Amino acid sequence: MSTTPPGAGHDPRPTGGELNPRELGRWLWRQLTSMRTALILLLVLALAAVPGSVIPQEGVDSLKTSRWQADHPTLTPIYEKLSLFSVYDSPWFSAIYILLMVSLVGCIIPRTFIYLRAIRTPPPAAPRNLTRLPDHASYDSDEGVEDVLQRAREVLKARGYRLRPAEDGSDSVSAERGYLREVGNLVFHLSVVVVLVGFALGGLFGFRGGAVITQGSTFANTISQYDDFEPGALFSAEQMDPFVFSFDSFDVEWQRTNRGVLARAFNARLTYAQQPGAAEEKYDLRVNHPLSIGDTDVFLIGHGYAPVITVTDGEGNEVYSGPTPFLPQDQSFLSFGVVKSPDAQPGQIGLEGLLYPTFELVGGNPLTIYPDDLNPLLSLSVFTGDLGLDVPSSQSVYVLDKSNATQVLNDEGKPLRLDLSIGETIELPDGLGTVTFDSVEPWTRIQFSQTPGKEIALIGVVLALIGMCGSLFIRPRRVWVRAREESGDESPHGSSVTMVEVAALDRSGGGDVAPVLEEIVNELRAARTRVEEKQ
Amino acid sequence: MSNTAWETLSDQAIGVCGIFYFLALLAHLVEWSSLRGTVPVDAAASLTSAASSSSRTREQAGSVAIATGPDQGVGTEQKRQRVALFGRLGLLLTIIAVVIHLVALVGRGMAADPNRVPWGNMYEFTISGTFVVTLMYLVLYRRFALAWMAPIVVAFVVSVLMVAVIWLHSEVTPLTEALNSYWLVIHVVSAVIATGAFTLGGMTSAMWLVKNRTGERATGPLARVPSLAVLDRVSYRIHAFGFPVWTFAVLITGPIWAHEAWSSYWSWDPKEVWAFITWVVYAAYLHARSTAGWKGKNAAILALVGLATLWFNFIGINFFSTTSQHSYAEGAPAIVQPLGQR
Repeated sequence: MSTTPPGAGHDPRPTGGELNPRELGRWLWRQLTSMRTALILLLVLALAAVPGSVIPQEGVDSLKTSRWQADHPTLTPIYEKLSLFSVYDSPWFSAIYILLMVSLVGCIIPRTFIYLRAIRTPPPAAPRNLTRLPDHASYDSDEGVEDVLQRAREVLKARGYRLRPAEDGSDSVSAERGYLREVGNLVFHLSVVVVLVGFALGGLFGFRGGAVITQGSTFANTISQYDDFEPGALFSAEQMDPFVFSFDSFDVEWQRTNRGVLARAFNARLTYAQQPGAAEEKYDLRVNHPLSIGDTDVFLIGHGYAPVITVTDGEGNEVYSGPTPFLPQDQSFLSFGVVKSPDAQPGQIGLEGLLYPTFELVGGNPLTIYPDDLNPLLSLSVFTGDLGLDVPSSQSVYVLDKSNATQVLNDEGKPLRLDLSIGETIELPDGLGTVTFDSVEPWTRIQFSQTPGKEIALIGVVLALIGMCGSLFIRPRRVWVRAREESGDESPHGSSVTMVEVAALDRSGGGDVAPVLEEIVNELRAARTRVEEKQ
Repeated sequence: MSNTAWETLSDQAIGVCGIFYFLALLAHLVEWSSLRGTVPVDAAASLTSAASSSSRTREQAGSVAIATGPDQGVGTEQKRQRVALFGRLGLLLTIIAVVIHLVALVGRGMAADPNRVPWGNMYEFTISGTFVVTLMYLVLYRRFALAWMAPIVVAFVVSVLMVAVIWLHSEVTPLTEALNSYWLVIHVVSAVIATGAFTLGGMTSAMWLVKNRTGERATGPLARVPSLAVLDRVSYRIHAFGFPVWTFAVLITGPIWAHEAWSSYWSWDPKEVWAFITWVVYAAYLHARSTAGWKGKNAAILALVGLATLWFNFIGINFFSTTSQHSYAEGAPAIVQPLGQR
């Protein structure tokens, strides 16, 4: 960043004297739109993107972020001030790319005008001394000057060169090609802006949300049904498509591999309707095969088990019943979950524990030996007292607030463990009630999103690629051919000789024009031999 | 053939091609060690073709034109033949190695059930990537006169293959569900090709920096390396090929696939972030080449920085990042996305 220090505006210019605001503004604009600044901004952008990949990001993995924040109490406030938990929305990150965009536009617009002027200008006249150019060649010909020049025009035209209109008395031909390179360059840079617009539209007007849905349940697309919901800043609830679907069944294939048993080909069979009452359609929702309803895309993201648990309290009332999604802890699908029944009498009942899909005691250790639910076993601890549910703050359904609760103990005074197989009921001590493990239902995590502008972004990035290829692979070059008559003292027949000079100039900075020059010279000379043969 | 047989074939083929690469490396080392005392090609212009009508003969960028010092006398012709012989031998061994390398890749793909492309995990990506590096080197060998690069490429490939076999090797497993898509073919193959191109381009830029330090008039093996201008141009050409392919991989197919599999076409996943960083650095490299004060040395350094971010993305993110949905290193979780993830 050293090349354009922010204070540099106060430096006197070489001409001396103070800059007035207008001059200063102009100077700053010129600095900002210079290639050097763009280059530095690019590098700063790359550097600024790094922290977001190291520090957990709110928008990427909120759970991990909150855990990290809990582990680093001193750093968290500092990081929060620097927006390091949401780097890519932070003011400083935005500042960099907005500056880069301004620099880009400020560079591209003048270049467009320059280009428009350039395509209306014929190729420049030949320099006085072609042999000064790094790539040049010369040969003698016994044809007349005009014949040579005419041939040069034909050869260059056939090779796609644009010629400078012939002038009277001119001894040279000027030709240029590769005008599309700059077009590609301009298209590329403008497309970057298009991509950013598409990206911004998605961020502002889109939303992302998810819900855990158990097999057999139905879902109506309203925000209240979502477990989490992240709207863009300008999202309005009217954008929600009014579709409904039911989650009929879940199929999964388990495949034993050397990396453990993996779930393959899992598939949530849905019956959906565009709106309540509309015609119903079926769809097998799978990973990589999202369902589009209206503007909303529906994705299958994950799956797990929801044991159906029934809790009755000490007075015999059923205070909790239903499938309870448990979270898989790893690929063995050993799952963790929580049951809260605050209405239970005489005391609230909280359950917390693990589900073993295929339980087996291996050497005295409880293990799940297969991720399919072949022999499910629930192993729960019991809590009673205040579960913190009277406070209207939102509490995660996957966490039990044990700060004011007491763990229920067994007869020996040790923490009570309920080990339940399907169909089993266990009575809780102290007349708290009973817990029944009825069955296991699969759940799926379904993600919903609207991404307006994604087509714009896609078109932009495809155009950018096309433009980029143009700007990288089209080679603009100029070729000059000059023919001069030389008094022929050295020539064998005493007749006059035409000295032909050819020069080529690469204007892209990446091309090697020597072979091109060689080809052109060969063609010019070959054309001559052909003519001779004809005669 | 059974899947296990294919897998064994693949593992053995990797070993055999590694041996051939190693033999190729030995041949090239013999070739280059014979070059001690060589003076720059330019100093013995008589050896280069003078027949061309162009006043500036095409640089014999490290091709067979070996100039030797005037004081070497009798042994010169013999020595030149030895250099050429071992150069050809090294090239031949590399070609044999790359064919066996291909067999290993095919075997790897056939060993999976169902059959698939051989780039489903780090080991497979590494062996595919090294294959692309060698293949590209061979394809461009004539066009860019890459003979000078031979020992570097072969040494690189043989070491990376060793790393792959020792640390990354894993048995053939079926793809996790998220990877099971035809985008795996398109997205990863373009990423592999771009990685191969950037690796070759990086080697050229590194050589530019070495040559820039020793000066054009270096003697010994370096004399055979083409001039700074040629190195710069070759490096630019390779990068200019890699950059659009990389763009296609990370900014077109990546987002399309991410949108299908994870519901969001760009979610600032660590892998995406680093792919973006790599893209930005290479964009900076391309701009730097035409910016006063950044040409040459700074541009070459940028190319190497880009390569470093690329490799870090491949190695570092896979091993150190637990948040990345791209972590396909050993022990990647089977569930597509943990619930806590939004």
